[in-house]
Amino acid sequence: MKFIQQSGPHWLGANTVTVMMRRVLLALLPVSLVSVWLFGPGVVLNLAVAVAACAGFEMLALRLRGLPVAATLSDYSILVTAALLALSLPPLLPWWVTVTACFFATVVAKHLYGGLGYNLFNPAMVGYLVALIAFPQFVADWPGLSADHSWPEAAAALSYFATGALPASFDALSGATPLDTLKEQLGNMRTMAEIRAGEGFGLLAGYGWEWLNLASLAGGLWLLRLRVISWHAPGALLATLGSLYFIGYALDSGANPSPVLGLLSGGTMFAAFFIVTDPVSGAASPAGRIVFGAGVGALTFALRKWGAYPDGLAFAVVLMNMCAPLIDRYTVPRVYGHRQRP
Amino acid sequence: MTATPDSRPPRWGIRFTGDAVRHSTLPLCTAAVPGILRVPLQQHIGHRTVPLVAAGERVLKGQPLGAVRDQTLGARVHAPSSGVVRGLENLTAPGRPATPAVVIETDGADEVWPGYPAHAKPLRLATSALRQAVIEAGIVGLGGAAFPAGLKLNKGGGVDTLILNGAECEPCINCDAALLQADPQRVLLGAQIMLRILEADVCLVAVKQGMDAAAAALAGAIEQVGDDRLRLVTVPPVYPVGGEAQLINVLTGREIPAGGLPWDSGAVCQNVATAAAVARFLTSGEPLISRIVTVTGAGVARPTNFDARIGTPVAALIAAAGGYVGRECRLIMGGAMMGVPLANDSQPVTKATNCFYVAAPTETTPRSPERPCIRCGDCATVCPVNLMPQLLLQSGRKNDFEQLEHLGLQSCIECGACDYVCPSRIPLTQQFAANKQALWERARERRQAEQAERRFSAREARLAAAAAERTAALNSQTEAPEAALAELLKRVENGNDRTTKDPDTADKG
Repeated sequence: MKFIQQSGPHWLGANTVTVMMRRVLLALLPVSLVSVWLFGPGVVLNLAVAVAACAGFEMLALRLRGLPVAATLSDYSILVTAALLALSLPPLLPWWVTVTACFFATVVAKHLYGGLGYNLFNPAMVGYLVALIAFPQFVADWPGLSADHSWPEAAAALSYFATGALPASFDALSGATPLDTLKEQLGNMRTMAEIRAGEGFGLLAGYGWEWLNLASLAGGLWLLRLRVISWHAPGALLATLGSLYFIGYALDSGANPSPVLGLLSGGTMFAAFFIVTDPVSGAASPAGRIVFGAGVGALTFALRKWGAYPDGLAFAVVLMNMCAPLIDRYTVPRVYGHRQRP
Repeated sequence: MTATPDSRPPRWGIRFTGDAVRHSTLPLCTAAVPGILRVPLQQHIGHRTVPLVAAGERVLKGQPLGAVRDQTLGARVHAPSSGVVRGLENLTAPGRPATPAVVIETDGADEVWPGYPAHAKPLRLATSALRQAVIEAGIVGLGGAAFPAGLKLNKGGGVDTLILNGAECEPCINCDAALLQADPQRVLLGAQIMLRILEADVCLVAVKQGMDAAAAALAGAIEQVGDDRLRLVTVPPVYPVGGEAQLINVLTGREIPAGGLPWDSGAVCQNVATAAAVARFLTSGEPLISRIVTVTGAGVARPTNFDARIGTPVAALIAAAGGYVGRECRLIMGGAMMGVPLANDSQPVTKATNCFYVAAPTETTPRSPERPCIRCGDCATVCPVNLMPQLLLQSGRKNDFEQLEHLGLQSCIECGACDYVCPSRIPLTQQFAANKQALWERARERRQAEQAERRFSAREARLAAAAAERTAALNSQTEAPEAALAELLKRVENGNDRTTKDPDTADKG
């Protein structure tokens, strides 16, 4: 009889990083499909470029660092980064913009900080912000969405993808997002009612954007149910952002968007369930996650209302990433038998 | 019909399914007395036991083999059967220093030593006599920690609740359920004796939800006894709810203060088997020489609970359970979570042995290579003492002892729950055990350094005092006034001694 020597515990749970990441990818499916439905097949192209670039940079970085390539790639974490980044970026972009974003996400934000588990900042948000600041002419504009919008023509889209040159016929890209419209029109002293009645708004919020947000919400609720993510950070983000919108709306409903409109605009739900739930760059304890999520919510509201960019989510996330170690320091829970928190 | 738990499910812990349920009810058999018994002299937490017998001597069942000198922290060891002492043998057990064991060649007569009396009505005895009996019988905590039971019952006043733990801490372990099913009356008599010693108001006998047969037997026995201080409580089937500190917390809402002892919470927790052993000794005079051991797992043909004599080798129990299945296994002493793997099957049953889990390769999880921590926090969610393993891991790898202490690592009970849920398969428990050991050694070194410093400063003070005494003696001899002496010293320091003959003029000059 051979006696195997292995220290306990002798049973281990079934959950692994690979399982978690696979579930996150599945949860991204609804929002990806809605995105394709609204913006056309360019989304798929963008996703494909992001996956290829991120995986390529990941392999390169691992090889340079002398780490096992196949074992690390198999945990799907880089696929999640690529998908999050591609879905944060506008649906159709010149390829080098996406590749640059992927480089900063994978090599700079992830590997230069020590790789999976050590990155201070959310890689997808870093990649998005670098692209936004370096290529505002491509990244700041999103295709306009309205009830009668159509997908861009294939030939023009491909030419844009390859060269970055915008054909004359191609005005679909310069449309304003609902958050843009809000900012601009409220600045022009129009009332909310007038703005809502205008082009680009649907049932609950911006036309199309409401569906993108609801799809993210659906994926997020599924992840919550499977306990891949905890409710603390998303709950705190949505509660904080929602209450701030509510206060504004209650004070002057003519000059401030309603909470429903605010919560279903821009990347709110996507950030709540897929970005602030990143455990690596967020806070560790449940209390810490509440502080983290609330901070992102408050900063987003402030940046949307007073900032230069229409949606401040990515900036808010990166700013709170900086605060996460500090939050961790002050939110360690009380240990059993100890009177005070450490 | 499964009873609903009497307490709210804790926010921590793991709910096992499948395998854990399969291991839940095994038959109880009495194991045969083997030809050779190896009885370790040190089977408890505490001081060393010195042997009372020599090679060649005939011993009887229940005769003391070894005792602790000062009876404070330790327990006697008794002969599990009659026979001849062959000598002392050094026994190594995993995770413990080598301990001498008395080797007895049994004679099959099982002749009883008449040294301990049997009492028909033990509850009429004086409290002090009862407490003394628990110490004499060599009874230790039979849940696995082997803490001398007499010491836990030594607290006069301040304890209002006695908890009898029948909740089986770990999956696979089934001995408490078997005992409760077979002999609930004895457990309850033990409870009454302990209540009398502690002068406590109530005894909660805890079983886990799902231990239906044990709960039914216990409920029937409680009704028969008719003592309204005895109460059956069902706890949720969450691991590790059967841990002492966790059970006290779940049942009473109290916590054992950090660095304190369990009874500082006002509750004393004893295993059900410990209570039964106390009752057995008082009613029959038989000290702790046997216990129920679970032999289970897919690596053994017929999983069984054995009532086995202390000193019985594992191999004999496995043979009685139909032998091994397959060619390799993990032979685990303890349960599926905290059990220790054995290198061979010659290890004897001790007072602390609750289970041998013969795990076939198919039912255990091999350790896949670990991946980096992604701080998902699942470990913190399941931790029964509310630690943050993901932060401890970072500090532990850096050997940042201050931070480890600050985060409360010493409160870790090494239950392995964090390990179980970790999606990166990081061997957290192993690291925390090593870190705790290092912290403990550091504390000891610090204590030693402090002691050395105290000794040094005491010596300095002593020398200074002696010097002062000498000076004082000198002063009284010369009868020089203190001022003149100080003056003299000052001049000597200045190297100006030419005025010594005429101090007055020197002063003016």
